[in-house]
Order: sequence, then structure tokens, then C-alpha cells
Amino acid sequence: MIMETAIDIIEKPVKATIQITGSQALLEALIAEQVDTIFGYPGGAIMPIYDALYDYHEQLKHILVRHEQGGIHAAQGFARASGKVGVVFATSGPGATNLVTGLADAQIDSTPLVCITGQVFAHLLGTDAFQETDVINITTPVTKWNYQITDACEIPEVLAKAFYIARSGRPGPVLIDITKNAQLQLFEYAGYQSCDHIRSYRPKPYIRKEFIEAAAELINAAEKPFVIFGQGVILGNAEQEFKAFLEKSGIPAAWTILGLSALPTDHPLNMGMLGMHGNYGPNVMTNECDVLIAIGMRFDDRVTGRLDKYAKQAKVVHLDIDPSEIDKNVKATVGVWGDCKETLPLLTRLIQTKVYPQWIEKFRAYQKEEEKEVISNELYPSEGQISMGEVLRVLNELTEGEAIVVSDVGQHQMVACRYAKFNQTRSNITSGGLGTMGFALPAAIGAKFGAPERTVVAVIGDGGIQMTIQELGTILQTGIDIKILILNNQFLGMVRQWQQLFHDKRYSFVDIASPDYVTVAKGYGISGDTVKERNHLKDALQKMLSHQGSYLLEVMVGKENNVFPMVPQGCSVSEIRLK
Amino acid sequence: MQKQEFTITVYTENHIGLLNRIAIIFSRRKINIESLNTSPSEVEGIHRFTIVIDELEEVVRKLVRQIEKQVEVLKAYYNTNDEIVWQELALYKVSTDEIAEKVKVERLLREYGARAVVIRKDYTIFETSGHREETNRLIGVLEPYGLIEFVRSARVAIIKASSGFHEKIKEFEATDPSDDLIENEYLGKQQEVFSM
Repeated sequence: MIMETAIDIIEKPVKATIQITGSQALLEALIAEQVDTIFGYPGGAIMPIYDALYDYHEQLKHILVRHEQGGIHAAQGFARASGKVGVVFATSGPGATNLVTGLADAQIDSTPLVCITGQVFAHLLGTDAFQETDVINITTPVTKWNYQITDACEIPEVLAKAFYIARSGRPGPVLIDITKNAQLQLFEYAGYQSCDHIRSYRPKPYIRKEFIEAAAELINAAEKPFVIFGQGVILGNAEQEFKAFLEKSGIPAAWTILGLSALPTDHPLNMGMLGMHGNYGPNVMTNECDVLIAIGMRFDDRVTGRLDKYAKQAKVVHLDIDPSEIDKNVKATVGVWGDCKETLPLLTRLIQTKVYPQWIEKFRAYQKEEEKEVISNELYPSEGQISMGEVLRVLNELTEGEAIVVSDVGQHQMVACRYAKFNQTRSNITSGGLGTMGFALPAAIGAKFGAPERTVVAVIGDGGIQMTIQELGTILQTGIDIKILILNNQFLGMVRQWQQLFHDKRYSFVDIASPDYVTVAKGYGISGDTVKERNHLKDALQKMLSHQGSYLLEVMVGKENNVFPMVPQGCSVSEIRLK
Repeated sequence: MQKQEFTITVYTENHIGLLNRIAIIFSRRKINIESLNTSPSEVEGIHRFTIVIDELEEVVRKLVRQIEKQVEVLKAYYNTNDEIVWQELALYKVSTDEIAEKVKVERLLREYGARAVVIRKDYTIFETSGHREETNRLIGVLEPYGLIEFVRSARVAIIKASSGFHEKIKEFEATDPSDDLIENEYLGKQQEVFSM
């Protein structure tokens, strides 16, 4: 007996803890969460983590960006292309505040991120210490969750929670602020345990059969049904389930710009883009359909136009994982709460196999009109300067819809979304909800790290490129291969378009000068070219795509071209203008 | 539809920063919080916010969903005044001399259910609880006798129809498309839940 007890005592510490620092625990957590890429920038308050990273550089690839905003946009691009959680490191104070734009962007576009910021020593909190800012309170409105760690013991649990929250349910950005003392602190580490539930948090609402049945009943009785879908389909990895639903139901479908690429461009039921610069048919038909089936989208004002004249004739079925989205902007006749990966198959089972040839013919008629009035001139201009649309057309011909297109914000973004062709999902990466200029260059870098086997083309305006042009340095240092396509109209084009249409052509501060981009790129060791002539366009794009390594191509496009169709602000979707 | 008073009851984890996370849901929409109280709830380890605002029901419904969306919020409800029993506590500081001299005041205080919590030579503090109108009325009464200081607490409210948090959840979920008590599963199991 005595002997056994003795053995017991000796054996107990087998499940022993080891002493490691908070910084090591953090990196162990990242490895346990299968993180392989971090976008970051060091600084005083995060130095212990960077010191630990020195020993982990074989397991964790750290991409040194040129600005923390670039870092977080890169992580967003990485997350959007790969479906994994993007990870960012930044120091306290300015490092952390530089993340705010990216956090807001990721919050509104539901992008899963875990951002780690350094913070001053816990005993200095609230003393206006060097590089101290109240990061938790600054970032509260733009994070799904945030937390400050002042004791290293918390690190494994909090990180597990951070990854679980960032990726589950409706994804979003999480920020963890770690004081320097916690990074340095040695503690008894008992290993990492991933998190699979939090009692106060319900990532997926329970699916109620009666609402699926009610939705199916409406869909089966519909004569003019219309499906509109958003990023929820992509975030839920539900592209196949969505396609199966669509093909059985025979219902025409249109996408929001974040839903783009969830359904291949050439799918016979793909009717095009919704919203302010969307296609003619989808906008007009929104106000003619009898049942509107919204899947994983949130009725943004850029999609709905004037809300009190939006789809008033229709019964609305709204599928969303986030209960607060249902009835938020558009009242749902039937709200189907749940993950569309689960709800769509249930719905597909209950709906009848149908076709709507006459109804779809109406879409086609609008499409023909749009082709005639807008698209053919945009894609095949016979004279004048190169149009943005034709650049996209030629790009499509060369990439055959296989590239990831990362667009910035403005006219070129609308053109890219309207005309880029996609065969596979997670191919369109753009800043949707927040409209963050400067997003595309860093996001493209991140997208390439997230999907190294794919061609990544960043389509950027002459305004947006100048907002984050410093990230060319990241390309220089990492040797990554992305194609930068600048559509230069020598204006802040979208604002200029509005000034032309709604402000009597008073062009107030939209005339923006550009540096010689090719020379700038050269300085960063990136080859490049400028095209002004239509007959050189295809060769120049071909050269860009076949070039080994990154390449910058500037295309000089029509200065005062406008993006049409357009639903003017404050107008109903059926008041969409073709010119 | 008209704006009216709603009492929002929020069950939450007791974590630093959560007050801000909830408060900004209101301030972002430029909605004034009339009264806010935080306290423990009947469930150990779970905190309870009682928030009073003046708004349209439509707006309140959306607000409550935004609140409930927060990771550390277990559940949020909203109720009109006839669905709850509520009280506010008020303290009144008056000159002891004045009170002592005027018997009428003493009678008044009795009428309003006030009681003295401190009696000193220089001042006396009375306490009463009730609805806002009641505590307000006593101010009016005391003012002529030199009311030195007045303070009123936030509203605390109990939902008439609730049979405690556990029961209320069941009732809610019978009408809302949501999980059958999944979040309740861990409620009584402090040790087994993931907490920090």
C-alpha cells in the first residue's frame, strides 16, 4: 500500500506542465490552430512575441508588411482566398490603431481574422505610457470580439476562444491585446485545447422545420420567383448545396458583389449582378418577382436602393445564419435562420423540380437591352480611349475565368465585378461593405499566400493604388507573384461620375496626379509596362500574365467614362438608368 | 406607431468591456439610454443589465437582436411597462431643523412611504422607492422645505411573466426559430463551461 502510494506520487507529474513564456504559448496556439502565415509589423510592445517568433520561423511564415493597414488587408485577402483565419501581428499604439480600417472592413464583410496587438506593461495601463492607446475600446465597435490579456496563463484559453469565435457562425475579426508583461511571463503551460463552445455564444441558430416548410410552400407556389445570393453561400462553403437548390428549383439568380463567384458566371441560371451598378434585369425584376429568395445576404442599401420601394409586391424568404439580419432592412415573410449549408439541402428536398422559361425570358430581354445600350460599347469600343470594360474582357479571354480578381474601390471595382468571369468560388475579393480604397494591393498579396497555386490579378484605380503603394515593398521582399493592373483614368472616377451626374459637373478635387508607376515598380524590382493603345492591350496583358514574378501593368483608360447602369441614390431599383 | 418606454433585460457573462460593447449599440444609433442598471442575476455567475429606453417597438426589437448577437450575451428581452414590475430607489437630503419643526413634513413622508436612513443634527436622509412619478412627486413636496440633495437609482425590473431565466428561455424559444435550450445546457455547470 505504501509502495503504491509512493508510485502514485511519482507518476502524477507525468501529465506535467512545462514552463514557457506567454509569447511561446501564443505561438504554440497558432500552430495548434494550423496557422502557417502571419502578416505583421514589429514594434516595442510586441517585441517579446517577435523574439519568440525567431525560434518558430520554420513553422510560422511571417510576412513583413510595410504598414499595419497593409498587414490586415493582406490577412483579409488571405482569409477570403483560402477560407482560413487570417492572422495579424501589430504593436501597441499606432500599430494597433492602423488596424482599425481593416477591422471595420472585416467586420462588415464577415472576414475571419485574429489580430494580436502588443500592449504596454499592465502596470502602465492608463498612465499615457509610450505607445499606449486604449485598443480594446477603440476596436470594440469593429470587432466580433476582443479581449485584453494581462496574465500569460490566460493565453491558451483566450486564443482558443478567439479562433473559435472568428471562424464560427457569421465569421468576423477578433482582436487580442496582450500586455508586454504577459508576453514575457513564464507560466505553467499544460498544453493547448481548442475551443468548441462558449455558453453565451450560439454561432448557428437551430433550424426549425416549420420555417423550411413554409419557405418551400412559398417557393412551390411561386410563378415568378427570384433568388438573390450573397457571401453567406461562400462563407458557409455551401456552393454545391446552393447550385443543387438552384438547379432543382429552376429559379433565376443574381448576386451581390460579395456573392460573386459562388456560382460560375456562365451558369444558365446566373442572371448577373444586383445593386447600384448591377445588371438591368436583376434590378428591375426585383420589383416584379412574386417570391424573392434571399440567401446569405443582408440587403445592403447599395443593393436595395430606396427601401420603401423595394420588392414590395414580393413575398420574401430570407435565409441567414445571423438572426439579427432577418427583418433588419427588409421584412421577411418567412425567415429561415441557420447555416445555409444545412438549410439549403433541407429546402431543396421539399421543393418541386421546375423550370420558368417565360420568366427567365424576361430577364434575357432586359439583358439584350443592356447589351445593346451599355455592355457592347463598354466591352468592344471601336474608337476613343481604352475602356475599363474591354480590359476586363481581354483579361477574361486570357485567364479563362481561372484567376482570382482582387479589386479596389471605385469605378474599376464595379467594372471588374460586372465583367470579370469566374469558374470557381473564392475568386472575387473586394472590399464590399466598407468600400476601403487601398484594399486591393495588400489583399492581393494575402490572396496569393492563401491560394499560391492560383493566378492573382489586382485590379486597382489610380486613386486606390496610391493609398497603399508602399506594399510594393512587401512584394519586393517576399518575391511573391501577383499581377497589378492599374486602370488609370487620371481621376477619382466614381466621385467624378457623381459630380458629373448630380453636382453639375463641379469637379471638386477629383483630378488626381499619378507618379510614373512603371518607374516606381522598377524601384521595387517589379517589371511593368504602360499601355495607351487598344491594339497593344492584349499583348500587354498576355505579357503581364506570363511574366515570371510580379508585374505591374498600367492601362490608360477613358478619362470621363461612366459606369452604367446605375440606380441613383434615393431611387428604387426599378428606376435604374442605362445612361 | 409611437415611441414608448421599453425595459430591456440582458443576461450576460460578467466580463470587463461588456458594458461598453452594449452601450455602443445604443449610441451608434443615437439612442439615449434613460436608465441603466447592472447587477447579479438569479443564476450564479450571470450578470443582468436592465436598460430603459424610449423608442418604437420596431427599433427595440432590432436593438435586442444586436445585443443578443454579442458573444458574451446569453439572452436579451424587451418588455413594455405593463409586462414588468419595476422600482427605482430615491434618496432625499433635507435639513433636520426644517423637518423637526414642521410636523406636516413627517406626515407627508409617511404618506409617500419614505423612511429615514440617516438622522443627523444638520441633515436627514430619506429613502423611498417606487415609480418615477412617485419619487418625483416627493421632490415637489420636499422642495419648499429646503431639499439639499436628491438622487435616484436606475430602474430595476422583474418580468411578470417570467418564471426565472431558465423558464423564460423555453417560452421564448417556442415562438422564435432558435435552438431548444442549447445555451441552457451549460448554465448550471460552472466547472464544465468554458470561461475565463
